[in-house]
Amino acid sequence: MMRYLIPLFAFIVLAAFLLVGLTLNPRQVPSPLIDKPAPIFQLNHLHEPEKILSSTDNLGKVWLLNVWASWCVSCRDEHPLLVELAKSGIVPIYGLNYKDERTTAMQWLTRYGDPYAVSIVDADGKVGIDFGVYGVPETYIIDKKGIIRHKQIGPVTVDSLEKTIVPLIIELQKQV
Amino acid sequence: MFKDNCFPCLKVPQLNRIKVWLLFAFLILIIAPTLSWSKEAVPVAEDPEIEKRMLALTMDLRCLVCQNESIADSRADFSNDMRREIRQKIKENKSDEEIIQFLVDRYGDFVLYNPPVKPTTILLWFGPILLFMIGFVSLLTYLKRRREQIVEIPLSEAEQKKAEVLLGEKKR
Repeated sequence: MMRYLIPLFAFIVLAAFLLVGLTLNPRQVPSPLIDKPAPIFQLNHLHEPEKILSSTDNLGKVWLLNVWASWCVSCRDEHPLLVELAKSGIVPIYGLNYKDERTTAMQWLTRYGDPYAVSIVDADGKVGIDFGVYGVPETYIIDKKGIIRHKQIGPVTVDSLEKTIVPLIIELQKQV
Repeated sequence: MFKDNCFPCLKVPQLNRIKVWLLFAFLILIIAPTLSWSKEAVPVAEDPEIEKRMLALTMDLRCLVCQNESIADSRADFSNDMRREIRQKIKENKSDEEIIQFLVDRYGDFVLYNPPVKPTTILLWFGPILLFMIGFVSLLTYLKRRREQIVEIPLSEAEQKKAEVLLGEKKR
């Protein structure tokens, strides 16, 4: 009996590991920046280059930082959702225009709609590196104290908005 | 065929000469792209010393976009940025540890091909040894049990004689 049970048991253990492996996404690299203060930055606005947004300007409110670029194809997928989210007025969305050109970026926003309270320009991607950006689009939820609470890698979906992002924002807004 | 003592003979008939030219053109067509590629691969860095240190460092760092390539090997935009960043840090006289910490702070242990021993990586580090031990112990117990199972049955007298006859026959 044992001679059959042992291989069967070994097979079940192996199959269980492989099954769990199937559900994991190797592209989702957990960010070490979660629950850490957002990196310090000072970047020029996209539309009004003479203005500067600094990382401390948004202290006291919950906000989203969406990393986008006009060359990024999947940014187009999530864009209508961001426009809708901005219209709902739940949370201000700030855009980090990542390694892009100013004119094309502005054209892109006129064409697909501008959900951003402000877009800031990270032309050489240095601030992107500080945020640990490696695949555009990425979206960060930052709380009132300036701490990163969540990172969405890849496009925002209806599912991720309803299940994770919006509930977390509402919860964070309740905090002092 | 060979009128003079040349080899290879240069007196090729007209038709063959065309063939030779065609072959030559064909060869150029094949070789040309590789030539232009090798031009592209010329190292961009100014300082070979910095480049050497940067390469040694990025060899053990994972490109997060391609995941199965190191930052040194990858042509992804991400790796280009990382190499630029690391060159910059080397120029600023940062130590290797500081540079690696800079990347780990932003991208986590996943960038390291050589992950640190931590509670979450214990299985990764010692799993193979554990599996080997399990295999070794089960092999030993199996061998021991098998030795116990084999019982020597002495030959009966009739069998002994029969064997001797058979062996004796062979000798003859």
